[in-house]
Amino acid sequence: MQIEKDPKILAILCKWCSYAGADLAGTSRFKYPANIRIVQVPCSGRVDPVMVFRAFVEGYDGVMVSGCHPGDCHYGTGNYHARRRLAVARRLLEFTGVHPDRMHFTWISAAEGKKFAEECAEFTEKLRNLSGTEKTLAREEIAT
Amino acid sequence: MAKVGVFVCHCGVNIAAKVDVKKVVDTLKDLPEVGFAREYKFMCSSPGQELIRKAIKEDNINRVVVAACSPRMHLPTFQKSLASEGLNPYLVTMANIREQCSWVTDDPDEATRKAIDLIARQIKRVAHQDPLEDIDVPMTKTALVIGGGIAGIQAALDIADGNRKVILVEKSPSIGGRMAQLDETFPTLDCSQCILTPKMVEAAQHPNIEIRVNSEVEKVDGYVGNFEVTVGKKATYVDAVKCIGCGICQDKCPVKTVPDEFNAGLTIQAAIAIPFPQAVPAIPVINPDYCRKIKENKCGVCAKICPADAVIFDDEKKEEILKVGAIVVATGYKEMDPAIYTEYGGGKYPDVITGMQFERLVSSTGPTGGKLMRPSDGQEPKTVVFVQCVGSRDESKAHAYCSGICCMYTAKHTMLYKHHVPDGQAYVSYIDVRAPGKTYEEFVRRAIEEEGVRYIRGRVAKIRRLQNGQYRIYTEDTLVGRAVHIDADMVVMASAVEPQSDAKRLARILGIAYDADGFYTEAHPKLKPIETASAGVFLAGACQGPKDIPTSVQQGSAAGAKVLALFAKDTLVKSPQIASVDPTACTGCLTCAYVCHYSAIEEKEFGRRKVAEVISGKCQGCGACVATCKGKAISLAGFSDDEIYEEIVSCK
Repeated sequence: MQIEKDPKILAILCKWCSYAGADLAGTSRFKYPANIRIVQVPCSGRVDPVMVFRAFVEGYDGVMVSGCHPGDCHYGTGNYHARRRLAVARRLLEFTGVHPDRMHFTWISAAEGKKFAEECAEFTEKLRNLSGTEKTLAREEIAT
Repeated sequence: MAKVGVFVCHCGVNIAAKVDVKKVVDTLKDLPEVGFAREYKFMCSSPGQELIRKAIKEDNINRVVVAACSPRMHLPTFQKSLASEGLNPYLVTMANIREQCSWVTDDPDEATRKAIDLIARQIKRVAHQDPLEDIDVPMTKTALVIGGGIAGIQAALDIADGNRKVILVEKSPSIGGRMAQLDETFPTLDCSQCILTPKMVEAAQHPNIEIRVNSEVEKVDGYVGNFEVTVGKKATYVDAVKCIGCGICQDKCPVKTVPDEFNAGLTIQAAIAIPFPQAVPAIPVINPDYCRKIKENKCGVCAKICPADAVIFDDEKKEEILKVGAIVVATGYKEMDPAIYTEYGGGKYPDVITGMQFERLVSSTGPTGGKLMRPSDGQEPKTVVFVQCVGSRDESKAHAYCSGICCMYTAKHTMLYKHHVPDGQAYVSYIDVRAPGKTYEEFVRRAIEEEGVRYIRGRVAKIRRLQNGQYRIYTEDTLVGRAVHIDADMVVMASAVEPQSDAKRLARILGIAYDADGFYTEAHPKLKPIETASAGVFLAGACQGPKDIPTSVQQGSAAGAKVLALFAKDTLVKSPQIASVDPTACTGCLTCAYVCHYSAIEEKEFGRRKVAEVISGKCQGCGACVATCKGKAISLAGFSDDEIYEEIVSCK
């Protein structure tokens, strides 16, 4: 029997809410899979959809983007820009043959350490179930 | 060529117990970018920082990665270490191997592997970081204090004594806040009014303090040092300049049906009223929902009788824009409405009252003039049960947190009760008595031993009204393990301390965070209890969490000190992590200006074309414009595409 490797996840988190939420998960010692790599951005509004595509090209199995809850953005409206951009990016993902559920957009506040840990565990589980269900492009194919 | 120094922290056992730090260093030291690598027990300690300085001097490293706790915690610490050796402070980055690795991973092998990967990514990233220079910006050295309770008054007085201007904005018609409603204070039984009113008057008369009552903050633009705050003043229908505060209007007003908020709803007042006798300013306000002149264009007695001609029925809401450099938030708390506790009558039994209502009932400025009587029939209550933790420490119904002040004020209430009714019997139903302040425990013992108050350990299950007008309190004595019931004339519920109902709205306006309960979140729970996530916005008092008066005053003074420290500098150092436009790549579509929340992007001439330009003083560095630019003409210093992609692609 082959033991499947944990799917690799990139989490792009805004530094005011979600990154602080991830820190709180640590401070509260909530455990979650070790397959998550967190990249800090000042605001979810900084997230360029190209980052998401690039992550898939680099071999990540899933990308999670999280910002402050609606209305709570430190910069006022950045999280709304992120939501719109990524809604479009989702459709583009589908077009390129990547299952759109491989990108997960969510809101995690600085007080939601538990939510961050849970989202990581759930997303990992979801990606596990997705594996093998879609036609993924090899990295070489995209490069050419 | 980047030569990176890598420093891996054990953080005592916090990291080293899960992550094999030696293995991490051995794996990373051979990377081409790495010029120096070692581990150390506490990198943030003085010898830890000395290691960085030594490596800069002796090993000629020109970039630093510290693998330790969250950068939110110690990045500024290590930036200072670099700066002290003449290296640009923006050439250090941190790998978060504590909060986001050792503390959240069970398996040591996995944690070690993850730590290596996290650090490797930061090594790649830091090699692409550019040195940045801080930006100096001028600032307005006036402070705004939101909330005129004791915490806000203290902050305002301290800032004003430090010779800086203060604008104190208060939502209600008078400053004073909750403390003005109290009768006596624990643990000294000082008369609350006697110690508060001098401070209120001092604030009102201080040459450096301007008070804006009946006003609320509606919008905040700008940033630390240069906030532009829109304050809305409600229509009060009384000219505050002309009014002499004689109070004839409230005596003559025929509409006497307005619930009196100051007396916790126990009485009614006139439609035009001064909120309470010691109010500062002592200027009445008309309640437009009740005034017959405003509602039906009848009456108008107050205007006819006013000797100063101060009543203006066509008063309107006014807006004012204030320029301030720092903001102190001291908006306080509210007492929970016990309506959800239907088993205690849900506020429907007239003699089952809240702590604040009891406070008003025994106060000499209260509805009964200080004579303790039951609201239902005016009788003196001979047996009173004080129920603790109504809404606090009760996750199933209301809040998980402890409201902190109720154990003490209940002990105070029992004493006040015994002083009013010496032959009465007071019972306290409690879960635990929490009295950790200075002389607090002695105060509770005094209630029990000297005043003969009976403390019964257990949570009240139900309160039932009896035929004879008494109330039967069903509870238990967990120390004896027996169900008990008490027949009492009056019940006082220690209702939970809650954030103000509009606390979240204000948090959004200010760009500060609040916790799951709605209290404002400090920048660090231990080391930055005054600061918020927004630079230049400070917290004081119960808006940050339940607090008693001494602690609120301390925090008010602390916030004052923070503001004065900020204002002590000539100019403000602003983060250089802002956006900039490459005019040669810009097509001038100005989509960036459309997404910019701060109107920090303007059009400018570039040769014969129009291109976008970032106003560096306004830019806050969110990066929304960077993500939206189709031509990749905008870059965000510190979070450029290069830096972020380097982190993304270096993942193993």
